[in-house]
Amino acid sequence: MERINQRLGLLSALPVGVFLAAGFLAPLCVVAAFSVMPQKVFSLANLPDFSSYAIMLQEGYWESLLISLAMAFAATFILFLICWPLAFAMAKVFGRFTLVLTIGVVMTLFVSENIRLFGWVLTLMKGGLIEGYWRNWTGQSFDGLLYNVPVIIFGLVYVYLPFMLFPLAQGISMVPDDARQAAFDLGATRWQIFREVELPLSAPGIVVGCLITFVLTAGAIAESKLLGGRAVIVISDEIERAFTYGQNWPLGSALAMTLIAVVACFAIAGVTRIDLDSIMGRKR
Amino acid sequence: MNIAAPVRLPDGKADLSNFSDTSRLTHMNVNAPPILRVVDLKKTFDSFTALDSVNLTVADGEFLAIVGPSGSGKTTLIRLLVGMEEQTSGEIWLRDRRIDDVPANRRPTCMVFQSLALFPHRTVGQNIEFPLKIRGVDPAARRARALELLDLVRLPQHYYDKRIQQCSGGERQRVALARALAFDPEILFFDEPLSALDFRLRKMLEKELKDLHQRTGKTFIYITHSLEEAMVMSDRIAIMRSGRFEQLGPAEEIYAKPKSRFVAEFMGEVNLFRANGNGKSVSFEHVTVDPVAAAKSGLKPGFQGYMMARPESVRLLKPGEGADVTAKGLVESEYLLGSRVQYLVQLDSGYKATVELSRENRVTWEPGLKMGIGFDLDRTHLIQEA
Repeated sequence: MERINQRLGLLSALPVGVFLAAGFLAPLCVVAAFSVMPQKVFSLANLPDFSSYAIMLQEGYWESLLISLAMAFAATFILFLICWPLAFAMAKVFGRFTLVLTIGVVMTLFVSENIRLFGWVLTLMKGGLIEGYWRNWTGQSFDGLLYNVPVIIFGLVYVYLPFMLFPLAQGISMVPDDARQAAFDLGATRWQIFREVELPLSAPGIVVGCLITFVLTAGAIAESKLLGGRAVIVISDEIERAFTYGQNWPLGSALAMTLIAVVACFAIAGVTRIDLDSIMGRKR
Repeated sequence: MNIAAPVRLPDGKADLSNFSDTSRLTHMNVNAPPILRVVDLKKTFDSFTALDSVNLTVADGEFLAIVGPSGSGKTTLIRLLVGMEEQTSGEIWLRDRRIDDVPANRRPTCMVFQSLALFPHRTVGQNIEFPLKIRGVDPAARRARALELLDLVRLPQHYYDKRIQQCSGGERQRVALARALAFDPEILFFDEPLSALDFRLRKMLEKELKDLHQRTGKTFIYITHSLEEAMVMSDRIAIMRSGRFEQLGPAEEIYAKPKSRFVAEFMGEVNLFRANGNGKSVSFEHVTVDPVAAAKSGLKPGFQGYMMARPESVRLLKPGEGADVTAKGLVESEYLLGSRVQYLVQLDSGYKATVELSRENRVTWEPGLKMGIGFDLDRTHLIQEA
């Protein structure tokens, strides 16, 4: 029985396996191959060298990588703090209102990210919604709130909120009510219940939520471009420019590979620590 | 043995009636002030009254069982007592301290949940140590206490590192019990923790729980819908019905002298015969009562209610044999209960009476057997009820 199941499993995984290999793995291999090509070539028929990686280290591209990672960490952390109470309420308190909230949050995803960010630009820029009204009422002017690191992080938090919220709510819904009540009955304070019961029992949801937001925010580009102006240059921006303006595919590939490697390290470290089956549904 | 004023009722009067069976109360310090006093406790959810002014006094070291059908309010009561729910009105006193506005985590009581509510992500040892960890007891002392408690609940020491998922249902019960004892509560509450177990294991754990109660000397308050469970373990039983205590007393008293038809029927099989007194005499439905015996028993002519006879008080009459109360009927079926035999007798009036005999008194039964049943008035109990 087990062997039949195994074979059926492999068989049914075949189509999606082929699709992933052709659409996901193959381009990745091309990028990996280009990352070890000499500078500014457009063919893979060259002797491999590591000049791109050397340039990345010498010319300060790693700074962009660090900035991206730091902002991704900050955004993920802030998102966790913001989303925990909301997710808790969705999973345990709101009842039917949860559905309304879910639809509301999902609806925002129907509007393109760029358009939503432009909305914020109009709100925050000099002469925009906030500064304009402020000037009108007080007569004092200021430079607008755009073009700095905090506003980029704000943009990241705003755009990626659903990706933290829903996994967290899913994770919290896995914490049995009576385990929380038992802890409370046994003398635990609200904080101790959080630390000893809720946090470990909702860990799968937390890890999934944090990983998704971290991976997405580390590769995000629109927030820094639209809200951040030229305040900082994120790694995705560098990659895009290497491929387009710079016409240097090997350098772009090397930057992309480095970003993938760093993010993959975090992802693997996270995923191996939790039982993904518990949140995705039990395997047979 | 005479025990003076064992329990103070809220109005200050001593309630001796609940302690008529003193032989079972030797482990209780009945002279000490009560450990728990509940005064006019009420709980309503919107328009639904879950608890309708409950009064209760529990002696230090007592084992009290609260029994009732589902929806009778027993779970609401226990949740109020441990602080998981807030009352609509009324007071809860623990010794001389009013605790009804104290949240559950600061009440010196704790509960063994129906689901046990063990922490699945922790080992057996960590589960037991949880209340100690919360209090900041250092790890070595915690471990020593956990091992002691494993011993107390009869689990081997190597279970300390076992995962909860590796434990059987009975073992989990013991872990939950050890965790609650680690908290060292003044009162330990139980919310039907044995209901999910199979019969044999339940019987074993019932006895162990009773034994543990005696060894620890703690006050246990146990909620169950199983009367048998309550009778095996507890000193006193409270029967609950639609948010009120219908009767509260030792098991024997509740069994033999129920205060209402509800309690009589809840406490196992029973034969109830309606009695209507008109002021001059009392007429009974279904059965014939010997007027001389009735007069001698002191039956008041104005009595309105039921005459109760437990199946074991009723006999099958041999030809010529008499009794204070008699009726004729068709013995419909016979059930063998091991040491006892039960007969279902359809009386001529249509009432179905249950007769229980010891095995030696078994009759040769065949379908269509007609026999008389009878019992004496001193084996009956009268329930006054309009």
